[in-house]
Amino acid sequence: MKKTRVLWLSAISCNGNTHSFLNYPYLEQFLSDFEFIYHPVLESDYSLEDITACGIACDILLIEGAISSEFQRADVAITQIIESYAQEVKKIVTVGTCATFGGIFGENDNVTGLHFDKEKRTDTFEHYFDKTISISGCPIHPEVLVNTLYAIKKELLISVDKFLRPKEYFAYTVHNGCTRNEYFEYKIDNHKFGTLEGCMFYEHGCQAPYTQGSCNKILWNEVNSKTRAGLPCMGCTEPTFPKQNLFHTKKNMGIPQNLPVGVAKRTYLTLAGITKAFTIERLEKKLFDD
Amino acid sequence: MIDKKQLKKEQIIQSALELFAAKGFYNTTIPDIALAVKMSVGNMYNYFTSKDVLAKEIIKYISVYLGQKLREINEEDISTKEKTRKIVEIYFKIASLKPEMIDYFLRIYLSNREVFKDGCEGMICVNEFVTEIMIYFEEGVKCGDLREQDFFSAFGLFMGYLGGMVFLKGENILPRELDAYIDDISHNIYKALSV
Repeated sequence: MKKTRVLWLSAISCNGNTHSFLNYPYLEQFLSDFEFIYHPVLESDYSLEDITACGIACDILLIEGAISSEFQRADVAITQIIESYAQEVKKIVTVGTCATFGGIFGENDNVTGLHFDKEKRTDTFEHYFDKTISISGCPIHPEVLVNTLYAIKKELLISVDKFLRPKEYFAYTVHNGCTRNEYFEYKIDNHKFGTLEGCMFYEHGCQAPYTQGSCNKILWNEVNSKTRAGLPCMGCTEPTFPKQNLFHTKKNMGIPQNLPVGVAKRTYLTLAGITKAFTIERLEKKLFDD
Repeated sequence: MIDKKQLKKEQIIQSALELFAAKGFYNTTIPDIALAVKMSVGNMYNYFTSKDVLAKEIIKYISVYLGQKLREINEEDISTKEKTRKIVEIYFKIASLKPEMIDYFLRIYLSNREVFKDGCEGMICVNEFVTEIMIYFEEGVKCGDLREQDFFSAFGLFMGYLGGMVFLKGENILPRELDAYIDDISHNIYKALSV
């Protein structure tokens, strides 16, 4: 089968997604189906100068990093490079939260994602909105990116949310599949960072119940996730990323300011009042005593 | 048919509340309550299988009643200061019009925890009421009117104060009617809780 030609274009980026992608365990297989006309660290047939000179045939444009009209690659404005390839390609994929929403670099003025400035739609590349897929995350999950690229290659219908993220991976919350769900259900957060016990939503800043993503469904490096390992979810797939005080749950008079997605406050409090009445010895102590 | 049974249940609850207030919880028997609602003792057990079950149903009934009143206040588009006053007002109004309700809450529910230990653990049986107080606090903090603090520190200050005043009134120690204290108490509570 003919290889799909992909351009990986780095905008304002720390290259974290590039590195995350390199952790894809079946990279060899991937590279037998896809060909990078340019990638920042993998070998490719063309140099960045060749790319910016334009006109290289390409099927998918991957953009990593936030976008500003002032930012240049090989002395050419990144916006100009995007514009010249965006017209020709079948699909554009924003790789990571910076390329999607602005992310950490988006904290600066006039630096945004391709179509969004945090939650707000931008209009610079409005005409390419319908051909874009967003893979948010800081960094992206390599399997989510690769599986999406295969779906594009096979011309499958990709159902997306309002931020253009594939529902296949972003219709879930990170809370879904977390091994600490039992502690969440009974409101037990006696967590010590890095330990197996306790839910981190109530005290330790975990954003998993209101963050869309598949971290606990498709594990990282095929073995683990932040929350399973004992670190709170930092909400890195969301337009609101980054926030401050990531290890502390913001509360108003004891009530978490951000509740699980779609749960009304009154309902949450009613349920919380009931579950708090339980005292479950098993969940109060260490899982392994020895 | 269900409505009729529910109505009867509420009549029993109301009569039991009045008897508990007048004679005390332990001095009131199921036959006393049956007599007050003109019902046979046997039929009474069709509604409540024991006095302890009745006791728990009563506290839930009061919680729903108070919770509904507070919810109406919470849903009004008014400042936290105005809400504070309205909560004080409604609490004292209920204490005046239905003294047996607040009396039950203070003298029976809070003082006879052994009756409520199975089935009313934690705040389960007063959930509706506590939820609305939580929402009042949470919204007050979120809009910048109230100071962030532990829930129980704030809850104790608010409800302990109101409960204490109603208790003093019940003991005929207060020289004036509860209404006369609304202004000062609302002011004190808001001042203590605000930023």
